[in-house]
Amino acid sequence: MEYIFAFLVGGIICVFGQMAMDVWKFSPIHVMSMFVVLGALLGSIGVYDWLVSFAGAGAIIPISGFGYALMDGVEANMQESGLLGIGPGMFAQTGISLSAAILFSFLISLIVKPKG
Amino acid sequence: MKLRDHYQEAVKLFQPKPSYFFNSLKAFFVGGFICAVGQALQNLYIEIFTLHISVAQQMVLGTFILLATLLTGMGVYDKIGQFAGAGSLIPITGFANSLASAAIEHRSEGIVLGVASNMFKVAGAVIVYSVVIAYILGVIHYLFSTLF
Amino acid sequence: MKLVGKQTWIFENEVYLQAAATAVGPTETEGPLGEQFDVTYQDLYCGEDTWELAERRLMKEAVQICLTKAKLEINDIDFFLAGDLLNQNVTANYTARDFPVPFLCMFGACSTSMETLAVAAALVDGNFARRVLTATSSHNATAERQFRYPTEFGGQKPKSATFTVTGAGAALVSREKSLFRITAATIGKVVDFGMYNPLDMGAAMAPAAASTIRQHFQDLKTSPQDYDFIVTGDLSGVGSPILRELLREEGYDLADKHRDCGLLIYRTDQEVFAGGSGCACCAVVTYGHLLKEMEKGNLRKIFVVATGALLSPTMMRQNESIPAIAHGVVLEAVKGEK
Repeated sequence: MEYIFAFLVGGIICVFGQMAMDVWKFSPIHVMSMFVVLGALLGSIGVYDWLVSFAGAGAIIPISGFGYALMDGVEANMQESGLLGIGPGMFAQTGISLSAAILFSFLISLIVKPKG
Repeated sequence: MKLRDHYQEAVKLFQPKPSYFFNSLKAFFVGGFICAVGQALQNLYIEIFTLHISVAQQMVLGTFILLATLLTGMGVYDKIGQFAGAGSLIPITGFANSLASAAIEHRSEGIVLGVASNMFKVAGAVIVYSVVIAYILGVIHYLFSTLF
Repeated sequence: MKLVGKQTWIFENEVYLQAAATAVGPTETEGPLGEQFDVTYQDLYCGEDTWELAERRLMKEAVQICLTKAKLEINDIDFFLAGDLLNQNVTANYTARDFPVPFLCMFGACSTSMETLAVAAALVDGNFARRVLTATSSHNATAERQFRYPTEFGGQKPKSATFTVTGAGAALVSREKSLFRITAATIGKVVDFGMYNPLDMGAAMAPAAASTIRQHFQDLKTSPQDYDFIVTGDLSGVGSPILRELLREEGYDLADKHRDCGLLIYRTDQEVFAGGSGCACCAVVTYGHLLKEMEKGNLRKIFVVATGALLSPTMMRQNESIPAIAHGVVLEAVKGEK
């Protein structure tokens, strides 16, 4: 069932992240950056496509899915525009997440104060 | 081994080790749960709004970003994060929380020099490396496809 | 000569801690010492708009209550010595703005309480002042947003992390006879044993505490048995056993004489990881709790050693290790007073 795979794959990716923090002592910033880069790397060699095909949200929701979406957009755009397609391509799919996060963060900062 | 003479090595005995197993277990369950819910939402969005799968995926991400922002604003996300560790950091919710928490925190310095200037305090590295790796891999991809 | 040995001052001219006051935030109010603080706040904002203003309010109130207890006005004070954790010591400087008295700002990170107390005692003993007011403060949110992450960030803290105490402590030093006499102080050296993890301050500061305590014993030719307690500021759960081991290797067995303010201020079921830290930790526990214990007659002579980690986020990112320092003051209960 797709839900089981989503759960398992998503969970396992998070476990790798947890080990990166606990065992290899990477900071949260390091871990997030590393996973985006990993997603982009695996996406460019086709491995992440395979992961997405059976795990669905389990591969898309982790931040590595953001890296994958970067390359997906880049590759699609490069087919039309070559090297010039890299710039606009990377934000073709990720633009939605990025702009939403920025907008929502801005709006919430106007409404609430930190609670500590 | 005398503590005084070999401090960096000898002090490790006194430093508490993380609960490797339980931390990973919590991360697994919370992260897995978030992804499973995401899968359900994806199917729901396709069903209700008859969307293309990639659009539905974007909507799911947007939903989680909104949820994480709200939980951050309510002062709850930091507690979830302490419990779940990577389970709440790795999903896109972690990225959203890092933006929202920085924005909320620096509201006291105004909306330009506070909120806007500091929003990417934590997640800025993610954006920078996203762009850098996309260029590197894009160029490699280009070279491969033109040479072969 | 008031300098004894290498690093210790003896105050021969009867210097007293005339009055002290404490103000704390919600987590400390809920702790085991909650009843013993002068002012308690149920909210981390302490009725102010920002975290920084909250910390400033805590320090100001501690100072005002200290003056009230001593039945004095600010004009009766000769010098004000204060410090805190924030960049440019803004809490201390901006609080001093409200009190028209000559001001010496001091930075010792979490060792500021004993650093200011020691220097105040020296000024009074040396006849450079009649009355010196000292104060220090820290705030969980201001420390968090400056040194680590935004307060609502969901990063996971390890077991070795400490919890910055929200509070402020003020003390008045003079020749006015009171129950608490300041008899000696040992000024510490900066000690760095190569610890790099800012989420494990205990291990970084323990060597500094050991260095100061050992030097104190050597300078005065005393041993742990001569004191009721050797109290450290904020070594907390990780640093305390390390300290005991380091001193044991030098031939000093702290046995059951060691206490740590970071472990005293919170209960184990409060979510505070390894224990309390921050300038206010040593200040409020000493001025709020330990002095009361001395009043009740439970303690007669204590050596309070405040420990500070002298790091900055920039230095951490440049892969520098964490230097630390510890300053200690001996407080003795005087019989037959009040």
